[in-house]
Amino acid sequence: MSINATPTGADVAADETSGAAGRRATVPAQRGGRRKPPLSENKKAERRLGLLLCAPAALVMIAVTAYPIIYSVWLSLQRFDLRFPDQREFIGLENYVTVLTNEFWWTAFGVTMLITVVTVAVELVLGMGLAIIMHRTLIGRGLVRTSALIPYGIVTVVAAFSWRYAWTPGTGYLANLFSDGAPLTERASSLAIIMLAEIWKTTPFMALLLMAGLALVPEDLLKAASTDGATAWQKFTKVMLPVMKPAILVALLFRTLDAFRVFDNIFVLTAGGNETSSVSMLAYNNLIRGLNLGIGSTMSVLIFITVAIIAFVFVKLFGTAAPGSDDGERR
Amino acid sequence: MADIVLDKVSKSFPDGTVAVQDVDLEIADGEFVILVGPSGCGKSTTLNMIAGLEDISSGELRIGGQRVNDKAPRDRDIAMVFQSYALYPNMTVRENMAFPLRLAKLDKETINQKVDEAAKVLELTSLLDRKPANLSGGQRQRVAMGRAIVRQPKAFLMDEPLSNLDAKLRVQMRTVVSRLQKQLGTTTVYVTHDQTEAMTLGDRVVIMRGGAVQQVGPPQELYDHPRNLFVAGFIGSPSMNFLHAAVQDGELHTALGQVPLGDRVRRELEAADAPRELILGIRPEHFEDAELVDDDTRRRGMEFEAPVDIVESMGSDKYVYFTVEGEKASAAELEELAADAGAADFAGAGGNLVTRLSAESPVAEGQTRRVWFNLEKIHLFDPTNGRNLTLHEGRAAGALAD
Repeated sequence: MSINATPTGADVAADETSGAAGRRATVPAQRGGRRKPPLSENKKAERRLGLLLCAPAALVMIAVTAYPIIYSVWLSLQRFDLRFPDQREFIGLENYVTVLTNEFWWTAFGVTMLITVVTVAVELVLGMGLAIIMHRTLIGRGLVRTSALIPYGIVTVVAAFSWRYAWTPGTGYLANLFSDGAPLTERASSLAIIMLAEIWKTTPFMALLLMAGLALVPEDLLKAASTDGATAWQKFTKVMLPVMKPAILVALLFRTLDAFRVFDNIFVLTAGGNETSSVSMLAYNNLIRGLNLGIGSTMSVLIFITVAIIAFVFVKLFGTAAPGSDDGERR
Repeated sequence: MADIVLDKVSKSFPDGTVAVQDVDLEIADGEFVILVGPSGCGKSTTLNMIAGLEDISSGELRIGGQRVNDKAPRDRDIAMVFQSYALYPNMTVRENMAFPLRLAKLDKETINQKVDEAAKVLELTSLLDRKPANLSGGQRQRVAMGRAIVRQPKAFLMDEPLSNLDAKLRVQMRTVVSRLQKQLGTTTVYVTHDQTEAMTLGDRVVIMRGGAVQQVGPPQELYDHPRNLFVAGFIGSPSMNFLHAAVQDGELHTALGQVPLGDRVRRELEAADAPRELILGIRPEHFEDAELVDDDTRRRGMEFEAPVDIVESMGSDKYVYFTVEGEKASAAELEELAADAGAADFAGAGGNLVTRLSAESPVAEGQTRRVWFNLEKIHLFDPTNGRNLTLHEGRAAGALAD
C-alpha cells in the first residue's frame, strides 16, 4: 500500500510517539527552570552531556515526526486540491469548518468510536482471560503462549483477506455457516465482522501486556488473601486488579490509540462501503484518492488531536504512567 | 483456638521430589511451636500445608480435632504472616487490617472496633491512614501481625516474619511476638532458619532436615541432649566443636589427647558393628582456662595444650580460637551444616577449636595455653548415621557414664 509514503500515513503512525516524546522532553526543562539555586559545575557538565546524548534522537524525531506534523498543519490551513493546483490559497480554518460540519466525517467518527470502544472492551476481557491462562499454565507453557500469539504474528492485510474470503457467500465457510445473505454488504454485519477481525488480531497483544502486569502481583499477596478468607473471585477483584491497575491502564491506552486508527481491516473487508469508513479511511480517501491535500490534511490533524486527547485523558485523569516515566514522580 | 495435629503428613511433587516426609507432630492448644532448619528442609512447605496453600500428598492434618486436608485456606480459620509481609499496596493500614473482617462480612462498627483494638496493641493507631509504601520495615511487619490478630483465628502461622528486619529491630520484635502470643494464647506455628529465634521464642522446637523431623523438644533439651549430629551442630552459637576420634583399647584418640570412656559407652562400642571412628562433640562453654579451674572441677575433665589463634573478648567472656592438630571430623551432616552457614568452601586450615573462657583468663594471641574441658559434657556421634551414642534414655551423659 502506498499509504505509508504519504504525510498522512506518517502522521498517523507517529503522532502517538511524538506526543509522548514531547511531554517527556518538556518535563525536565520545567523542573530545571523552577529550581532557582545555581547549578554546580558538575551538574552543569552533566546536563550538557545529557543534552548532547539526546541530540541525535531528538534530531531524528524532528525529521520524521515534527516536520510532517507541522507540514500537514500547514496544508490543512490551505485550499489545496491537486486537481486544481491553481486555486491553492491560504484560507485559515475554513477546511476545519468544512470537515466538522460534514455528515460523512461524523458518521466515520461514530464508526471509529464504536469500533474503538467495543473492540478495546472485548479485548480487555478476553485478553485478561488469555493472560491468566498463559500465566498459570504449567505444562506446555511455551506451546500455549506461542499458539495464543499466532494471530498477532499474521500480517493484518493477509488476515483481513482471510476473513473476507471466509465471509464471502458461496465460497466462504463462515458465510455458509452463519448467514444466508452476504454479510459484508450490510452495515451492521460488516461492522460486526470488522470488529471480530480486529479483536481476533489484537487480543494476543492485549494478553501479552496484561501478562506483564500479572507477573507484578506477588505470589505472597494471593496467598495472604487466601488465608484472609478471600474466594478466587475476591482475590481477582480485590487484590489482583488493584495491583495490576497501572499495567491495565497502559494496555488500554496502547490499544485505544491503536484501535482509533483502524484502517487495514476496513480497507480490505468493505473498503469503507455501507458507511463503514473509519476516520483514517476517510482521510485516505480524500488525501490519496481525492488528491485533496487541504481537506485530507485537516482530517489527519483532527485524528491527531483526538488521539492526543485520548492519551491526555488516560495519563492525566486515570493516572496512567506514561511509558518510561517513574511511577513515584507522578503526584 | 485449637490444637493442630500432623499425622504422617508428607508432600511429594509430580517429578518425584519429596519435600516433607512423614511428619508427626502434635501441637497443643495455645502452644508456640517453632519449625527450624536449613533452607530446603521442608519447614515452609509444612507450614503451607497447615495453611492449606499447599496440598497434602498423604497423611492427615487435623485442626481442632477436625480433618482439614481438603479444606480451602479460607475455611481453616487460620491467619498467616509472611516474610514479605504481603500487605495489600492499594489499601491503607486500616483497610489492610480490616480486609479479613470485611471478607467475613462483619458489620462496619465491629470491624472498626476490632481494628482499633489491634492497632492499639501494636501501636499502629497513628499510622492507620497510611499506605504500606509509606511505612518502615518494622511498621509493615506490625501491620502484618495486626492483620493476623484482628480475626482471632484458631492459629497463627508465621513464615520467617522477622527475617526482613535489621538485626536490632529483629531482637526487639522477637519480644513483641513472644508477648503477643502469651497475651492472646493462640496456637502458633513459627518457621525460621535462625536458631537464635528458635531457641528464644518457642515452647517447643522442631528441627527439620531434608523433609524429616530430627528432634522435637523444648529449646534447652535440644541444646543439652541432641539426638544426633545434625541437631547438635545446628543448635548453639558459636556451634559445637566436632573432632575426629578413633576408638582404641577402650579409649578415644583425639586431637585433645586420650579421652577415657565410661563403661556404658565402652559396652556399646564393643558390639560387633560398632564404628571404630567416632565424632567427638563439645560445646565452647565446656572449656575453661586451666589456671582458673579449682581441683574439684578439674577431676571431672581433662586438660590439653594448644596454640591460641584468635581471642575475641565479648566483655562477659572471651571466645578463644585454638588450632589443634589431627584429622578433621567428616560426616554428611557436618557438610550440610557448613553449606547452610555458607562456609562449605571455607573450612580454614587444620582443626579449629572454639572455646568460651572466663573473662578473667589472661589468654593472649600467639601463646600456647593450657585448657581444661569437661568430660561429662562430651557427646560422641556415629559418623555413619549421626546418632548420639552418649544419649541414654533421652539424656546425654558424657563420655564417662557408667
